[in-house]
Amino acid sequence: MTNIMVEATDIVKVLGEGAGRVNALRGINMSLPGGQLTLLMGPSGSGKTTLLSVLGCMLSPTSGTVRVRGRSTTGLDSEALARLRRENVGFVFQSYHLFPTLTAAENVRLTLDVRGDRSPHARLKAEEALATVGLAHKANAFPRELSGGQQQRVAIARAIVGDPAVVLADEPTAALDSENGAVVMTLLAKMAGNPACALFVVTHDPRIIPFCDRILHIEDGRVVADERRDRRNGSILTLKYAGGGAA
Amino acid sequence: MTLILTLASRNLFHDRIRLIATVVGIVFSIVLVTVQLGVFLSFERMITTMIDHAEADIWIAPPETKSFEGSALLAGRERLKALSVDGVAEVIPVVVGYASWRNPKGGAATPIFLVGSSVGASSGSAGLRPWNVVEGRVDDLSMPDAVAIDRSYAEQLGVGEIGGAAEIGNQKARVVAITRGIRSFTTTPQVFASLERARAYLGVPSSQANYFMVRVAPDADVAAVRSRLAAGLSDAEVLTPAEFRHRSRVFWLFDTGAGAALLGSAILGIIVGTVIVAQTLYSSTKDHLKEFATLRAIGSSRAYILKVIVIQALLSGVLGFSIAAAIGLALVHATADAALPIVMTPELTLGLFALTIAMCTIAAIAAIRVVTRIDPAMVFAQ
Repeated sequence: MTNIMVEATDIVKVLGEGAGRVNALRGINMSLPGGQLTLLMGPSGSGKTTLLSVLGCMLSPTSGTVRVRGRSTTGLDSEALARLRRENVGFVFQSYHLFPTLTAAENVRLTLDVRGDRSPHARLKAEEALATVGLAHKANAFPRELSGGQQQRVAIARAIVGDPAVVLADEPTAALDSENGAVVMTLLAKMAGNPACALFVVTHDPRIIPFCDRILHIEDGRVVADERRDRRNGSILTLKYAGGGAA
Repeated sequence: MTLILTLASRNLFHDRIRLIATVVGIVFSIVLVTVQLGVFLSFERMITTMIDHAEADIWIAPPETKSFEGSALLAGRERLKALSVDGVAEVIPVVVGYASWRNPKGGAATPIFLVGSSVGASSGSAGLRPWNVVEGRVDDLSMPDAVAIDRSYAEQLGVGEIGGAAEIGNQKARVVAITRGIRSFTTTPQVFASLERARAYLGVPSSQANYFMVRVAPDADVAAVRSRLAAGLSDAEVLTPAEFRHRSRVFWLFDTGAGAALLGSAILGIIVGTVIVAQTLYSSTKDHLKEFATLRAIGSSRAYILKVIVIQALLSGVLGFSIAAAIGLALVHATADAALPIVMTPELTLGLFALTIAMCTIAAIAAIRVVTRIDPAMVFAQ
């Protein structure tokens, strides 16, 4: 049975008011199952970042429902949404957003610290997460002492250390060269082997396609195509276009 | 160390220029407040120093007396009336007034504040005698022309040793005792003499006095004696030492505006310090906005972020206060023998620490307002 980590139903998001009003999302229906790496691709202004913010419980939809591990976010205030994020969502950002005054291990541990977990076990988990991304030897290094690729790997460790239901990545390879981009995507694909965690990556980068199980194409706030791919050989298993059913 | 403390302290020490600006602001503010309140405290103590050392249970003063220094003369009959009141053991006259001190070696006359009372020895119970005598003997004040001066005024009076001669109002005076630390907030030297000599120097008739110090019998109730005295002395005021102190403080500190000026400067110092800390903390928070948004994005509560900011403010406060306290102590030491020394008490130190913490917490409000409105989704835009 497929384990749905995040589900979005009829999501509409309107940004701005009056003349500046923009319909950023126009009825998105999608779900993110555990153990799957999904890409979201689309041109600039198509609504990728808005969808990422809504799925990440940072923005509340104008209408529609988001469920994280079956729990609806509708009506939750900003503190309740923050609680939902810290318990269920890991983030990887384009420009890493590591804390420059904290070491790699401390940056990773921050995810657990905001949950109130300050136990020795938290330190151990942070070390394990760094080891998973191959940076155990850089635990005490500050971000300025790390390369871009290494910083992004620390950010991935920070995202996965709390065993989230979903990891949302925003252009994780955009600031990296092809070699480091491949390392990062290999890591994310490896994470997708965990059936308890869904990976959702927003990208423009076609080099990432071989690592994914699925690609959602978005245009003008709508999912226009849903590709299911076989990661082992790169073949397209199914391809549905808008109007042909739920993504 | 928790990560909140680590993050707050590293954010703070990461930008040293800003940290220095913050700490300098706090130090400037707290030193200014320390000086103003220290002088205020010193002023307050000096105002009541004579009353504090008088060992009187009750004071009889002329009507509408505003302070120890500013009193008219009592007729003298009050003494006999007081002695006839049940429970009164002693009534000791005190004569005070401004006079002119002239050094026989020449130079301009110096105004002095003369305090005369019975000095004990052969003249009965002691009244308001000098204390902290470091040279000579108090009992020698009963000798002809004898006076006591404070060492801090030796240079101003042109006499620095026992036996030194001078003139008070064209009458001879000879120093027989030197005290230490009896100073006037008006910077006018205080000179002690026997009751008789003071009357002579000031031209006060022998029965009259400015005050009568009342000592009650050991088994008498002071409040009851005071009531009886007040009932019997309709043309004089009967005050407890606490009332007399309060009246003198109110007059010198507030009626003259001197204390209000000191407190005003202290408040100004607090405002300046708060604004400086608020400004630097605000700009620091703005600079770290991306990090606070990231914290919010990964699910931290608002309280978590507020703790980071408040701890930053408090760390700045503790650092600034430590330096300010050290400077304050140095100033206390440096002014110990000055005409108006800065006084530092444990209560004042604790109060200043609390003030620093309060100041820094209030200063954090602007920064807190910024982060409470932070949009975690901004992390995607960068």
